[in-house]
Amino acid sequence: MAVAAAPLGDAAVRCVVDDLAQSHALHAAVADAQLPGVVNVVPTWRCVVVTVTHPMFVPSVLDFVSGVDVTAAPPRSTREHQLTIHYDGEDLHDVAARCGIGVAAFTERHSQADYVVAFLGFAPGFAYLSGLPAALSVPRLATPRARVPAGSVGIADGVTGIYPAALPGGWQLIGRVDERLFDEQLTPPALLAPGDRVRFVPA
Amino acid sequence: MTALRVLRAGPRTTLQDGGRDLLAHLGVPRAGAVDRPAMRRVNAAVGNPATATVLESTLGGDELEADADTVVGIGGAAVEQVVRLRKSERMRIPRADGGVYVYVAVAGGFDVAAVLGSRSRDTLSGLGPPALQPGDVLPVGALSDPRHDIAAMHHGPAGDHVPVYPGPHLDRVGRRLFTEFLSAQWAVTPAADRVAIRLTGPRLRPEVDGIDSEGVVPGAVQLPPDGQPVVFLANHPATGGYPLIAVVAFAALPAVAQRRPGARLRFVEAAQPLYR
Repeated sequence: MAVAAAPLGDAAVRCVVDDLAQSHALHAAVADAQLPGVVNVVPTWRCVVVTVTHPMFVPSVLDFVSGVDVTAAPPRSTREHQLTIHYDGEDLHDVAARCGIGVAAFTERHSQADYVVAFLGFAPGFAYLSGLPAALSVPRLATPRARVPAGSVGIADGVTGIYPAALPGGWQLIGRVDERLFDEQLTPPALLAPGDRVRFVPA
Repeated sequence: MTALRVLRAGPRTTLQDGGRDLLAHLGVPRAGAVDRPAMRRVNAAVGNPATATVLESTLGGDELEADADTVVGIGGAAVEQVVRLRKSERMRIPRADGGVYVYVAVAGGFDVAAVLGSRSRDTLSGLGPPALQPGDVLPVGALSDPRHDIAAMHHGPAGDHVPVYPGPHLDRVGRRLFTEFLSAQWAVTPAADRVAIRLTGPRLRPEVDGIDSEGVVPGAVQLPPDGQPVVFLANHPATGGYPLIAVVAFAALPAVAQRRPGARLRFVEAAQPLYR
């Protein structure tokens, strides 16, 4: 299946695909191709944005992405992370109550699910994970917190997010992980990358 | 080794270069100089590679002292000039009479430690060398080649009407929003920094408040629920969750970034690129 791609302004290309797996497949294809002038390739739920250094590079990017078959053999990341989680988030009791179950049932279901890193954004190393069971979904907080501690695991609108650093945030906090998610001295600097699989292992 | 000592620095004086490439999928902004053509010109003027590390001053007025004979190039929102500095000579960075960001390149480039391959201060995420402070000593590298040709360096257009392309989310927020955006006059608010300039004008009313997060680009015009457009600049976040109603043409963005709070802006639909 062909990718629907169009210029975004005159120095970027925006590609729309059907789902997250196709988004990751297209991200991988464009990143691997090392096309001239490409400065960033950002996959999200159903979209991949390719930014170039100058408008002169747009035609070759359009040309390349229109030839990628994102359904052929979606490359699955072989990386799986086991993150050690402490279920002691400030909102855990409220969240479980809202889901109509006890805290123990909530943490059991949360830690048994398989998650995929959908994309990173908002801040360096901040990962958005898909895979939260629908029964555990809750909305964002009405009033965001000014500061959420590093390592916090939050959920909102069916997505799990992990805070790599102390940041403001409106997600409902269910716990925190021990792992360091972003270290500017490492290559790559982020522990998680789009397409990686994640499991939460209770401490 | 030659160095420049910082005697006086505004709170938003940083070192900048071409920024961090190929890391936005990990949430790392590209950052880099807000006015990239100005960075390239001041570097060329002293024989440096185009993206050698330069000083980016917000509004100018900072003071430097040379600890050896050297040459600096000044540009951006100040009158472009090349200045020879003698050992122990002091230099005041000119005021940004023509905009917001003034650039200073030193022959050889500022040689500080790189973070993730760049010496740019990412003011959104806090990566890279911290904002400059009085007393900082900035080592000078050895990148300069005086045979560099600066004739090809040019300014972007700075017309009264900023060319923009339609944004990708108009089908969801309403096509009329692009027309309303083009027909209104906008003013730059004081809430402007390296990340974005925020505009004030008639309130635009999108049909949806948010979208699923998507990659953001420099020049993207985002419409938050308050109906007042935000124009992303060099230090924009990797992704954003509000609709994009327009994108400023590549060549026009540096001049937009240099507009001061209070400046009036009008936008016009850009001609289609030749490749369409």
